[in-house]
Amino acid sequence: MSAADSHYVAKTFMDHLPILQVVIPLISAPLIVFIGNRKLAWVIAMAASATAFVIACLLLAQVKDGSFISYHIGGWAPPLGIEYRIDALSAFVLMLISGIGTIVLPYAYTSVKTEIPKRQHVLFYALFMLCLTGLLGMVATGDAFNVFVFLEISSLSTYVLVAMGAGKDTRALTAAYDYLIMGTIGATFFVIGLGLLYMATGTLNMADLADRIANQGANRTVQAAFTFIVVGMGLKAAMYPLHHWLPNAYTYAPSAVTTFLGATATKAAIYVLLRFMFSVFNPGFYFEDWTLYLIFIPFSLLAMFAASFVAVFQTNLKRMLAFSSIAQIGYMLLGIAMLNATGLSASIVHLMNHGITKATLFMGVGAMVLYSGSAFFDNLNGLGRKMPLTGAAMVAAGLSLIGVPGTAGFISKWVLVQAAFENGWWIIAIAIMLSSLLAVIYVWRMFEVLYLTAPDEDCTATDPPLPMLIPMLILAFACIWFGFDTELTLGSARVAAEGLLAGSAGMAH
Amino acid sequence: MIDLDFIIGHLNYWLFIVLMMTGLYIVVARGNLVKKIVGLNIFQTAVFMLYISIGKVTGGTAPIYPVDSQGHMQVDPSIIYSNPLPHVLILTAIVVGIATTSLALALTIRIREVYDTIEEEDILEIERKLSAEDNKIHGPAMGGRA
Repeated sequence: MSAADSHYVAKTFMDHLPILQVVIPLISAPLIVFIGNRKLAWVIAMAASATAFVIACLLLAQVKDGSFISYHIGGWAPPLGIEYRIDALSAFVLMLISGIGTIVLPYAYTSVKTEIPKRQHVLFYALFMLCLTGLLGMVATGDAFNVFVFLEISSLSTYVLVAMGAGKDTRALTAAYDYLIMGTIGATFFVIGLGLLYMATGTLNMADLADRIANQGANRTVQAAFTFIVVGMGLKAAMYPLHHWLPNAYTYAPSAVTTFLGATATKAAIYVLLRFMFSVFNPGFYFEDWTLYLIFIPFSLLAMFAASFVAVFQTNLKRMLAFSSIAQIGYMLLGIAMLNATGLSASIVHLMNHGITKATLFMGVGAMVLYSGSAFFDNLNGLGRKMPLTGAAMVAAGLSLIGVPGTAGFISKWVLVQAAFENGWWIIAIAIMLSSLLAVIYVWRMFEVLYLTAPDEDCTATDPPLPMLIPMLILAFACIWFGFDTELTLGSARVAAEGLLAGSAGMAH
Repeated sequence: MIDLDFIIGHLNYWLFIVLMMTGLYIVVARGNLVKKIVGLNIFQTAVFMLYISIGKVTGGTAPIYPVDSQGHMQVDPSIIYSNPLPHVLILTAIVVGIATTSLALALTIRIREVYDTIEEEDILEIERKLSAEDNKIHGPAMGGRA
């Protein structure tokens, strides 16, 4: 390890980017509470998350060629010190999370005013920034225990953010309580896994862990650790049988919160799953092949069909989109289970594409709820005609959700089908297409309600104010743009997938 | 393979497993929201104890280096020290546990204010009625809840 030999000193501002990525949103949260002014709170949050987004882009530019940045906190060299580790995969996910955070905030400024009581606004922004900090930290860190700490920072703030929907529907409280119980069980399982790993290897640095696991081979302790980590993170990622917290939490949370969570929270958990399954435990870990084929494939297929099927029979648009999220997570897990570079690229690119697609849709619902008061289909009749730009954004995102050619969703599904053929799994490829047909049904229901039914006579709905409309249109544009220009998304995803498949060798110093 | 030495030698793990499963069982089986939180606490505490017990090194003493009058540490390689790292980790986890508990209790208070009960069955009954009303207005949805 060359890092241990030479004393590491970060000299320039650019060297400190990995830590600034996390620390800037972290500091902004107490600052917001301390200042306590509603307007300033938004300005600070916006400035901090925009800075985080710029930093993430700079980081991605540095590591896009497959290299990595290792940042030693306080100058303490890993494995003893805590290391932040940015490679193509983490920079890509950092960019998604901070980008969505930045684009949701202008939307939140207007949306929050109508959905959350005034005295809670300052706290809302503080919690939003804490949640962002937690998600960014989970992705940036190269220390296994640090992942847990950031996971809990993001989870705890998420529970409160979900509960803030109580002003509109009291069921937000029980949704938040359920999420808290399940989320804590998941996080505790994750810690048990880390404890077992520490017992077996005596280290918590991911690169070091990978090294030692590769050297000592599989034993019962390491296998138990693997199981606990996958189940714990699977709960946070809403992996199919562990998804029960998701529909209620997404349905009753305020629109801005649903948008942010839907696009980022489960994605960060999937990132951690990827990081542990591939970088820390080797892809060659014999126990893992078995897990992937016998557990991930059936469950992801179940998610794709069962959750899509349930989504078809929903009467609440927000709830329908929540179930569709569970189905989409199935695609990501399926890509992981393919265990080849194409499948992994599909998962990673779907993280991004689904993130922007769902964010657009949830924003659209939030804008309509401004006028209709609820997200039930029969209250949304004809709103697409009354709100042309919002409707257009939702159509673009809806098509992307199905995976129509020319949209971002098509790219990820296309790569996923390619990966299935690479493995010779044509049945799986057919299943992917069949489940997309279910998506056609539920998305069509949305179009039907928005365009083909007559609006109420006295409906006064118009497109929402610009701060809500512009982020939505930008994201809708991104849904189309990434369907044509795959240089950024698929390019980074391929580099990231290769890094992952290199296993612990990809983590070497 | 399984003999008395094995059982006694792994005593900390047995205790951990019993406590952990007790906690998890309470979370699942109890309908009272506060009791669920108590169960969650027992579950988390079991994990803390697992961590702390693995930090113990046989014959090890507290990991503190003595300091001479100049303030230099007197490192004596012949002394065995316990491993302090798991303790430090668990200090963080305890703080997280406290935050989780207080948030869960705060949520319970809010639920009690709104639903006037903290029994899961009663809450589910109220929510079922709410959903049934929604369903009456907006049409039935799959999964019961709208």
